Amino acid sequence: MELSGRVEVVDLHKALGGQPVLRGVSLRVQPGEAVAILGPSGCGKTVLLRHLVGLLVPDRGEVRLDGEALHRLPPHRLREVRSQVGVVFQGAALFDSLTVGENVAFPLRRHRRLSESRLQEIVAEKLNLVGMGGTEHRMPAELSGGMRKRVGIARALALDPKIVLYDEPTAGLDPVTARAVDRLMMEVRARTRTTTVLVTHDLLTAFAVADRVAVMEAGRFVVTGTREEVRASPHPLVQAFLRSSALGGIVEEAIREA
Amino acid sequence: MAVNATLEKLGQATLRRLEEVGAAARFVARVAAGLVRLRWEGGQTVLQMARAGVDSVPLVLLTGLFSGMVLAYQTASQLLRLGGEGFVGGLIAVSMAREAAPVFAAVTVAGRVGAGFAAELGTMVVTEQVDALTVMGTDPLEYLVVPRAVALVVMLPVLVVLANAVGSLGGYAVSVVVGVPGSVYLESVRQFLDLHDVVGGLVKSAVFGLVIALVACHKGLRASGGAAGVGQATTGAVVAAIAWVLAANYFLDVLLF
Repeated sequence: MELSGRVEVVDLHKALGGQPVLRGVSLRVQPGEAVAILGPSGCGKTVLLRHLVGLLVPDRGEVRLDGEALHRLPPHRLREVRSQVGVVFQGAALFDSLTVGENVAFPLRRHRRLSESRLQEIVAEKLNLVGMGGTEHRMPAELSGGMRKRVGIARALALDPKIVLYDEPTAGLDPVTARAVDRLMMEVRARTRTTTVLVTHDLLTAFAVADRVAVMEAGRFVVTGTREEVRASPHPLVQAFLRSSALGGIVEEAIREA
Repeated sequence: MAVNATLEKLGQATLRRLEEVGAAARFVARVAAGLVRLRWEGGQTVLQMARAGVDSVPLVLLTGLFSGMVLAYQTASQLLRLGGEGFVGGLIAVSMAREAAPVFAAVTVAGRVGAGFAAELGTMVVTEQVDALTVMGTDPLEYLVVPRAVALVVMLPVLVVLANAVGSLGGYAVSVVVGVPGSVYLESVRQFLDLHDVVGGLVKSAVFGLVIALVACHKGLRASGGAAGVGQATTGAVVAAIAWVLAANYFLDVLLF
């Protein structure tokens, strides 16, 4: 069964190592919508993202994809649902024992029965999409951080997912590469019409890529809204984010470019 | 108050321990299920057999050779003095087959391969590669642990056969140098060494292979906290694997011989 791409998070609570990390988080993402979860390090945003793909099980509340609670799905169904969710991990999480091409081919080999030539076609197509065409035979260790991220995105898109999750897509990248990754995420979204959820502490990324931004602090959303609504919010965390890198003008520019 | 606090701490520590034991038991059960259902990743298994088995050959040959030689050096000189030269070959062959070859090979492999498993899997955990496997619909236990377990269960006995061979050869050479006539040595081996000794040693080493793979992979998959965590997991894996091998060795001896 194909997902439409609707994501609902309902009153999610999670404690890790005895410390509450998520304290009642709710969020709805419509099919095809892009939502950024913006917050400082340690606010719980990555923990939230891990719930969206069933890597963590909620203490209370639930995550629903197309109305089905993830943590109640039987294993075979969870596997099927996951095949329609692409995850781009923070450090790209490429398998370093496999070539770039085999990394992108990995989910295809696991979930589809394809001829080798068709498989290589798809791999080449996905690598081209992220601007990494012709790198099939290189090893992940030979790539720069930005290139690895691109390959990670290609791998996440291999199965044409309905939902793509990005965990800190621009963390650890230089500003120029970070903006290039922003543009790539926008392109990918425009071309594939996937639901996009990204977790970031980079205001520029959030404002550039997302239709709506949810600002998280200490395990709760404090402000949720469009870029303009968030920008107008008097909440101190939002204001701090806006001020932090003297962003006023830069943000405007980034939005205009987008 | 102080008593209460102490009791509480003790209780919490006990709970944590029990939780760990529970996690380990679940881990073993799931790997066992994967083994039984024959959910082997063929390619991965062959790769691991080559890495864990074939690549360990030189080191195992070296330890096997020297353990045979030292056994011969000690027993031959002692027994010669007592006029027991007819026992030297048999004693060495039987000790090699039953104990020295399986245990030394297992300890060597625990150090070389067990450390490798723990470090590799630990790194995969902290770089989220294990999560990536999971979200791509691949069970990390079936993809990572089962092939490694199969590889060691198959390859450790093979390594032990080799260790037996070179150990006996080294033992023969040293005995001859010390003064036991070659023909007497060989006759003694023929007289004392039973097929049961050799097979028993191989059965033991298959179990050791399983123990090493399970302990090392479990430690690796529980690594957390970056490079330091991986280092800790690796050290812990080697120490625990050797301890478990030695403990298992005692009980297997009681069962087998």
